[in-house]
Amino acid sequence: MQAEEKMTYEKWPAAPEKSTLEAKNKFLGFWLFLGGETTLFASLFATYLALKDKVPSADAALAKDLFDLPLTFVATMLLLTSSLTSVYAMYHMKNFAFKKMMVWLGLTVLLGLGFLGTEVYEFSHYVHTYKHTFTSSAFGSAFYTLVGFHGAHVAFGLCWILSLMIRNSKRGLSLYNAPKFYVASLYWHFIDVVWVFIFTVVYLMGMVG
Amino acid sequence: MSTIAQKKGFGGTIWDFLTTVDHKKIAILYLIAGGFFFVVGGLEAVFIRVQLAVPNNDFVSAGAFNQIITMHGTTMIFLAAMPLLFAFMNAVMPLQIGARDVAFPFVNALGFWLFFFGGIFLNLSWFLGGAPDAGWTSYASLAIHSKGHGVDFYVLGLQIAGLGTLIGGINFLVTIINMRAPGMTYMRMPLFTWSTFVASAMILFAFPPLTVGLTLMMFDRLFGANFFEVAMGGNTVIWEHLFWIFGHPEVYILILPAFGIFSEIFAIFSRKRLFGYSSMVFATVLIGFLGFMVWAHHMFTTGLGPVANAIFAVATMAIGVPTGIKIFNWLFTMWGGSVKFTTPMYYAFGFIPSFVCGGVTGIMVATAAADYQYHDTYFVVAHFHYVIVGGVVLAILAATHLWWPKMFGTMLNETLGKITFWFFFIGFHLTFFIQHFLGLWGMPRRVFTYLPGQGFDFSNLISSVGAAFMSIGVLVLLYNIIMTSVKNVKVGNDPWGDGRTLEWSIPSPPPFYNFKQLPLVRGLDAFWLEKMAGKKGMTPAEPLGDIHMPNASFIPFMISLGLFIAAFGAMYHKNHAWGLPVIILGLLVTFGSMFLRSVKDDHGFHIHKEDLVEDNEKGAKA
Repeated sequence: MQAEEKMTYEKWPAAPEKSTLEAKNKFLGFWLFLGGETTLFASLFATYLALKDKVPSADAALAKDLFDLPLTFVATMLLLTSSLTSVYAMYHMKNFAFKKMMVWLGLTVLLGLGFLGTEVYEFSHYVHTYKHTFTSSAFGSAFYTLVGFHGAHVAFGLCWILSLMIRNSKRGLSLYNAPKFYVASLYWHFIDVVWVFIFTVVYLMGMVG
Repeated sequence: MSTIAQKKGFGGTIWDFLTTVDHKKIAILYLIAGGFFFVVGGLEAVFIRVQLAVPNNDFVSAGAFNQIITMHGTTMIFLAAMPLLFAFMNAVMPLQIGARDVAFPFVNALGFWLFFFGGIFLNLSWFLGGAPDAGWTSYASLAIHSKGHGVDFYVLGLQIAGLGTLIGGINFLVTIINMRAPGMTYMRMPLFTWSTFVASAMILFAFPPLTVGLTLMMFDRLFGANFFEVAMGGNTVIWEHLFWIFGHPEVYILILPAFGIFSEIFAIFSRKRLFGYSSMVFATVLIGFLGFMVWAHHMFTTGLGPVANAIFAVATMAIGVPTGIKIFNWLFTMWGGSVKFTTPMYYAFGFIPSFVCGGVTGIMVATAAADYQYHDTYFVVAHFHYVIVGGVVLAILAATHLWWPKMFGTMLNETLGKITFWFFFIGFHLTFFIQHFLGLWGMPRRVFTYLPGQGFDFSNLISSVGAAFMSIGVLVLLYNIIMTSVKNVKVGNDPWGDGRTLEWSIPSPPPFYNFKQLPLVRGLDAFWLEKMAGKKGMTPAEPLGDIHMPNASFIPFMISLGLFIAAFGAMYHKNHAWGLPVIILGLLVTFGSMFLRSVKDDHGFHIHKEDLVEDNEKGAKA
């Protein structure tokens, strides 16, 4: 099948994200890339665990002083829901329902922005209330690097999905852009999975462990 | 667009290479850049041996010596060995599996330019206040206290180059999984393709820890973080772990393609199917797997405790088993074969005893208790040079001679090739064999000089003479390359006459679309099978049709240039007000180029059937 071909609902294949060779390559290559990203985050998690609560003086804030479960709960809900909305978006993509896909992607972006907002608020709260900064201790460096790397991934994902939406807003779905939407949503799920681990390892284990 | 290559001016050729996404041209770029850095790293090695030739020498200062050894190691591993292997992977692997290009031609070009700008950035340190001086391992306890910007160059330069390697690895993996010609099953893939496959998988999982390690070091040195600052709660052992979780797989990333190259050579020039093909594949995969389980054997003296040391010692020794399988398979390939002594075969012959020496000392240093004696002595220097030079460098030199005709359409001179071999091989053993004993006699590594009368004088002189021999060998190779390029005697598809795999079934150099019709693969050593069946070439698996090709692009160059600019900003932002704007500018160039790539449709183009037929009549030259 040609990537440039004008598509209709009848011609739309069952798996538009991998119906050309380019798309198959993109699909597999992106999965492999996520494998590499997994080791990247694993290294950051290991660093965080080694440096958790390692501070220069006794009056510095530790994990159990900092974290606040209600706020983390809100952030988690926002991000997990955004993963669900991106699933709906891909469902509509597979059914050649461009407008519905765009609506659900738009919701995904809004929820992602909400998550980023809570994260910005959270970081500024730690900095101003607890003097817990990137440079104040090894714990601070490790915390902001791990959670910040994730936040940067979220920000990049938002820019990516928005660019795709704006670029394709007028021309609908094709076999050329379907895999692009699909890998962007894969990336979004990956970010979500990483957050599940951050929630567990950083926040839950920080409060109770 | 026509398929017929047009005459271009010099500027046109340069632009062609700056924008190319053709795996064969990218291979040439890797070969030139990697070759250049190999010469730079070699010069640094010569400086080291001149300084150590006699006791109490003052050829270079102690500080300069630290910079030279750091840059020698870093350059040789990251900027010479890796790209030279990438050159052959790019040049040969797609041909061996019967593909028209790699899966992501654009990403392939991006990988090269990232490596190139990272390497240039790292080497600019020589002119901008001093090179990194904390050793190629750059242990944090040394590195975060290193004065000047040397280590910053290391951190930023390797970060950029490492990204290039990572995406290159992903690209090769997808190419091998998705782009094999009809009939090319996994267990019919040539061993060089198999080793590229496993090495790429290792790159995928080994480079991200390095990325993280370098990022942490960058944050510590340039942005005030405290990962390795013990007074602030930091821990320098984290660097050691991250570095070696990358670093140990890295040596297998280097040696596995070398094994692949020699496997091809033994089969071609013994004119016999590789002995134990399946066990070779098994051993390659097993080495790739075990390679991730042994990193702490570099840290026996760090104090991880006897349990950790014992586990890592045993795991390390286990790697000797699959490696031994390979050595015997190569020997049995030659056994009963009709061996032809060409230059690549000389290297393959020299490789076996050299590499086995390195393997034996490897088992010695893997013995945790004994390693306390060997650690940080010249014994270790001798060990890793026996595996890296005796394995990887010999393989690169062998591959250069083997695939030169496929890449450039002309043979290297065989007599000069053998002269290169003898100088290099004798020089190599002269340089490094004695270093085992220097180490056992107590000479520590990384010292810039030594006192006379400790029994080190004569041995060090021998070692330095060996370095001169190796240099002569490399000079002869360069002369060989220039001379044969000037003469430029064209060769046919299969210049060695005994080619077994698909790359030998198409013209040298291949047309830019590689295969006019994808070949039908009917077994291991696909081309050899057809020759034995009395056919001239491969049976096509498809009718002649239009070929889809990717467009050239300048964007990979710009993405890499942006990171190069941003790296300067990051390095100087603490002391100069222009640092931050430069970081932003550089990142804007990078992300802007990525954005452009994302929004600009790039469907590639088609070569039409009629043009292919025309090419056919003209003798398929491109």
